[in-house]
Amino acid sequence: MSTREILLNPLFVNNPIGLQILGICSALAVTTKMSVALVMCIALTLVTAFSNLFISMIRNQIPGSIRIIVQMTIIASLVIVVDQVLGAVAYDISKQLSVFVGLIITNCIVMGRAEAFAMQNPPGLSFLDGIGNGLGYSVVLMLVATIREFFGSGSLFGIEVLPLVTNGGWYSPMGLMLLPPSAFFIIGLLIWALRAWKTEQVEEPEYEIGGHTALSKV
Amino acid sequence: MIEYYLSLFVRAVFIENMALVFFLGMCTFIAISKKIETSMGLGIAVVVVLTITVPVNNLLYQYLLADGALAWAGLPDVDLSFLGFLSYIGVIAAIVQTLEMFLDKYVPALYNALGVFLPLITVNCAILGASIFMVNRDYNFAESVVYGFGSGLGWAIAIVVLAGIREKMKYSDVPQGLRGLGITFITVGLMSLGFMSFGGISL
Repeated sequence: MSTREILLNPLFVNNPIGLQILGICSALAVTTKMSVALVMCIALTLVTAFSNLFISMIRNQIPGSIRIIVQMTIIASLVIVVDQVLGAVAYDISKQLSVFVGLIITNCIVMGRAEAFAMQNPPGLSFLDGIGNGLGYSVVLMLVATIREFFGSGSLFGIEVLPLVTNGGWYSPMGLMLLPPSAFFIIGLLIWALRAWKTEQVEEPEYEIGGHTALSKV
Repeated sequence: MIEYYLSLFVRAVFIENMALVFFLGMCTFIAISKKIETSMGLGIAVVVVLTITVPVNNLLYQYLLADGALAWAGLPDVDLSFLGFLSYIGVIAAIVQTLEMFLDKYVPALYNALGVFLPLITVNCAILGASIFMVNRDYNFAESVVYGFGSGLGWAIAIVVLAGIREKMKYSDVPQGLRGLGITFITVGLMSLGFMSFGGISL
């Protein structure tokens, strides 16, 4: 695989959220506001890239039987750094992200890439793979956040785009968009859209519905 | 007193359902909900692990990590709370491993039923999430036992219900691109909408 493919494939072709169902835990929870989602994206991309880099650097020294613990320790340390920096630099946003920064530790994208890519590849490529997968996650997250904030509060990045009724405008915000169920619907529909475009990602049916047997015999 | 704990329990199971309201443990929630039987196994494993790990992490936080918690050791100014994440995940991994060995030795029937799912649980965000929530909300030991059990049960109910729906759904004719992952998300969305109706309950 070329460097370019490693960096760009996770964006659409092999998107960690859309195809590999990884890391959706946080993808849904932090998307009511774009600014919060953006911070989460940056945090996750950095953690994935650096955990990939560090794990790849010591991949030949890690004994196979305890590799998960070693990976966990590296990832958890990186997350602690990110959490402390966020608490110092962007306190309000880190309050809004509440538990979800800590949950980057168990985010399947980070663990998944460490296990699947960084354990077999040199540090440089692993770093790029981490960035690529972080971006793939970010694309979906920002898309969901844009839809939810635009329709839910009529604004983008906190700047009012659609004048709200409460402020003397015409737009009555869709409250549902700010509630948990809408995140599931939006991700479901996004996956549909992605698969309608990249048809090779469509899943095989587990059960084929047969023709109308009574009629077809006639 | 009983009412207070009951209300905490109902909150943890229904109103603040781990899977459907806080989106925790989604990866396994979506991936392992194709059959009722397996999802039931995973659900029970989550309940067991949460009921143990949340109280243990609570003790760890109260007596080692919190600001001034080391006063008993003569170190009243030490604040180790920044080590939280690393310690919780370490505790969870250790407990899951110990539980696995214990069950293998003494309760082989349960081990065979849960065996495959136990290692998976270490990386389930619901487990770590519950511990972090417990710390954020300043639960005491008794509250953390109730919260751990309740949130685990809520997660287990959600995954079993989803598996039930998906078992039926495989016979329906879903549009091509929506098949599998897409329709599962929409189903979970509808379930989440249903669970929101518990919102007004208070005991």
